[in-house]
Amino acid sequence: MVIKVVKNFFTRIFSNMFKSRRDIRLGFYGPPNAGKTSLANRICKDFTGEEIGTVSKIPHETRTIQFKEKVEIEFKGKKMVFKMVDTPGITTRIDYEDFLKYRMKKKDAKKRAKEATQGVIESIKWLDDMDIVVIVLDATENPYNQVNITIIGNLVARKIPVLIVANKIDKNRADAKKIEAAFPEYDVVGISAKYGKNLEEFYESVFKLSKKI
Amino acid sequence: MVKKSNLGKIKGFSIQFLPYSEIRDLGSSERIRKILKIVLENNILILQGKLKSEEETRLIEDTMAMVDHVKNFRGIELAVISGNGSEGVWNKMKKGVANAIVGGDLGAVTIVGPATIVKEIKRNPKKIELMLNK
Repeated sequence: MVIKVVKNFFTRIFSNMFKSRRDIRLGFYGPPNAGKTSLANRICKDFTGEEIGTVSKIPHETRTIQFKEKVEIEFKGKKMVFKMVDTPGITTRIDYEDFLKYRMKKKDAKKRAKEATQGVIESIKWLDDMDIVVIVLDATENPYNQVNITIIGNLVARKIPVLIVANKIDKNRADAKKIEAAFPEYDVVGISAKYGKNLEEFYESVFKLSKKI
Repeated sequence: MVKKSNLGKIKGFSIQFLPYSEIRDLGSSERIRKILKIVLENNILILQGKLKSEEETRLIEDTMAMVDHVKNFRGIELAVISGNGSEGVWNKMKKGVANAIVGGDLGAVTIVGPATIVKEIKRNPKKIELMLNK
């Protein structure tokens, strides 16, 4: 019993020491085409000069986990180093025929669908490894989607700090207030990743959440 | 009973109600297997209660694995409606995520349908609609 207590004590001490040395893993999660990669690109471009991945109007452009190490974000004189983790969009349905609407060949559409299903599985598996998760939602879409609730529910269960981003506020149909109403327990920041609008508030929220780790 | 003329291309489906007692004693894997088996047989499942949040993600993972391996299976539509019954659906939703993640809430209802039949489960302040594919 005493040995177990001592062992647990040292495990905790060493894991905390290790945790404090490594970069904070900042995950971007959400449904397909919400702007996860656009936001991650915006941040990476601003602080490293390089993007993390490609964006497209065709859903499921990101089909594997993408990383950018050592992204040092500076905000109001403070600096923090993050490992950015951009994830494939999580969904409950993938139909290759949806991609045909974008004039994609059947063979390519089927390949994209297959990769997208694997991407969803990979995204879910990575949930455990995040320190902070930014849920990126499209502010023009209905937020009452079970997938959003499921992802947030899992993060709460894992005690991972969550920030919700209402993206695409530059669009006329955008309604960030609807997202705030749907998730009243969480910080919701309205931004436009495409035009870099309101990113100051986003960085402030990320820095605030970093203290909770 | 839905009239055939309203169903367009849908050849047929049924709505199956599953009381929570049917899954209460099952492990997570068996629960998900049972749900997916029902959905793969072209049924829209109405389950009393709800899954735990980690079971919901497992359901999504297993669904994606099946899309990859089962011909003509395109996934599922999923919605969980929860609340104590004394308030409107919208208010129940507005209570936020906290209440929606506890799991095992018998006042909740989980709807799972095959994506080839259920196009979308729409929620708005006054109603929940199951939009079917034509």
